[in-house]
Amino acid sequence: MDAPAPKPPGTLPRFSATFDPHTISEIRRAAATGIYDIRGFGAKRKLPHFDDLLFLGASISRYPLEGYRERCGTEVVLGTRFAKKPVELKTPVTIAGMSFGALSAQAKEALGRGASTVGTSTTTGDGGMTPEERGHSSILVYQVLPSRYGMNPDDLRKADAIEIVVGQGAKPGGGGMLLGQKISPRVAAMRNLPEGIDQRSACRHPDWTGPDDLEIKIEEIREITDWQKPIYVKVGASRPYYDTALAVKSGADVVVLDGMQGGTAATQEVFIEHVGIPILAAIRPAVQALQDLGMHRKVQLIVSGGIRNGADVAKALALGADAVAIGTAALIALGDNAPELEAEYEALGTVAGAYDDWHEGRDPAGITTQDPVLAARLDPIKAGRRLANYLAVLTLETQTIARACGKSHVHNLEPEDLVALTVEAAAMAGVPLAGTNWVPGR
Amino acid sequence: MPDVDLSETPLRELNRALHALEPGTNETHWHVANPAGRHSIAVGLDAPVTVEIGGNVGYYCAGMNKHATVHVRGNAGVGLAENMMSGVVRVDGDASQAAGATGRGGLLVIGGNASGRCGISMKGIDIVVGGSVGPMSAFMAQAGTLVVLGDAGEALGDSIYEARLFVRGTVKSLGADCEEKTPTDEDRSILADVLSRAGVAADPSEFRLYGSARRLYHFHVDNVDAY
Repeated sequence: MDAPAPKPPGTLPRFSATFDPHTISEIRRAAATGIYDIRGFGAKRKLPHFDDLLFLGASISRYPLEGYRERCGTEVVLGTRFAKKPVELKTPVTIAGMSFGALSAQAKEALGRGASTVGTSTTTGDGGMTPEERGHSSILVYQVLPSRYGMNPDDLRKADAIEIVVGQGAKPGGGGMLLGQKISPRVAAMRNLPEGIDQRSACRHPDWTGPDDLEIKIEEIREITDWQKPIYVKVGASRPYYDTALAVKSGADVVVLDGMQGGTAATQEVFIEHVGIPILAAIRPAVQALQDLGMHRKVQLIVSGGIRNGADVAKALALGADAVAIGTAALIALGDNAPELEAEYEALGTVAGAYDDWHEGRDPAGITTQDPVLAARLDPIKAGRRLANYLAVLTLETQTIARACGKSHVHNLEPEDLVALTVEAAAMAGVPLAGTNWVPGR
Repeated sequence: MPDVDLSETPLRELNRALHALEPGTNETHWHVANPAGRHSIAVGLDAPVTVEIGGNVGYYCAGMNKHATVHVRGNAGVGLAENMMSGVVRVDGDASQAAGATGRGGLLVIGGNASGRCGISMKGIDIVVGGSVGPMSAFMAQAGTLVVLGDAGEALGDSIYEARLFVRGTVKSLGADCEEKTPTDEDRSILADVLSRAGVAADPSEFRLYGSARRLYHFHVDNVDAY
């Protein structure tokens, strides 16, 4: 009897690059439920980012500063244009606005503790200011959002700065939704709404439309606070040149520019991944607008969206920003997505590092929840210490790079210190492709 | 009785003087002349004083008011008494868009008409409009009472939460999730109280009540046509 013919070699199963496993799972989920996917976090897909830039460092033609010895300043003053009391920070890394409601009171307290330890600011969010947050934040920025949940003139006066939020990077042009499971009695009372219902955060401000109105709105807030406090205007990165110019025209002291990698508590996946532009692409147009108006360094620029380490901070500053803000990274420093909680993440159908259902209120880390049992897991003192450590590292790393480029202050970093690894990044950042003097478009 | 002439005194000076008032001040009645449509007059007040303004005002008059009584003897621009917390704001004439926006307390009385988005996102304020209100009034209204002696424009109470809307005249159309309701004794009592505090003589039985159908309180795909 003849031996069976050998099986011919076959090809491995091949997944489509277009219909990849995640895409297929999303189609199946949508088909099963009839509703779009909502999640937290920011854009997760690969985007042009600060990783696509490199610092050149000092050499024969540039003179470095001695690490651990020669001073490299990190302080930043925000709100020097009109405010009688500008905000003075010891580090150019601030904490972005995140709401009580989206976050537990413990998490808000921890953010305040961590930021205060290193001399930087934290920011309220939709839902108003909590005593825990004010009490533990030496410098607190109070957001004025379209919903005006919890808006209170007493809190306005307690704030160190005021941020009018026009949009955020994860969803420029979009409002928000805090799902009913996170509407505890306290959250409901702060927002003047019933417990347990889904709460819509408006996408438009109720009492102004357009830059001419915004100018009058800013004047009103200045009058209420007797022109004491800096007023920031925050926009999601989409048309950064014009939005920055209009914010300046409207009288902003500070422009906050949030790229599409910026986090959100709850937004449609399709919105997060497909609306807005990466922060890398947004900084130079915003800086150009400030320069064209003669306002660069007079109106300060804070950028956010995917800042993870001191290199990102240094690159943002080199491109012309005055400071950065972190949100997602701050939550991770507090303990979000910690590997120690792997079993609990798996019980939620995910894994540590990928957990993004922040809107569901079941966060085992006790951060993105209003469940009192879960929230009690987060020790605000320990979590605040972790955040302070992380902020200190960001600052040290930024200084390390600045010194290597010969800068005695982190604000002395400049585009000339940078090159790009890709043509796209070179075009977006307006710096040469590495090894060439070619800046696409110039 | 301090008199302030805004043709001579900078607005900033007026607001700063009003902010400096202590609760027990004896400067309890202020007159402001020649407002000339200026924006942000008498904003952020936090004392039980009365401010009479002799003329038309611009945007945000009496914004974020607490405790004070502000009386405008003219018309008011956009955002009248926005985010008001308490006290009373009266306007003899008409008010522009977004009157009483996001107000959390107090009483706003508009003698004439109010433009669109009157009471938008109101969170506890009581608003009485002697005339009619424009479109999208009480949009996303959360709490409080809007009383309209005249008519209401399109999409009244769109996406409303728990506010009560009383209209004596006609309603051009109702917004998403807003429906007419049968008033209870409690509703009638609330309306009578608001009318009384506003100093408006009107029969509560002549008003129709509109409020939330509460069908959009939880996001659901079956409601997608309403969004």
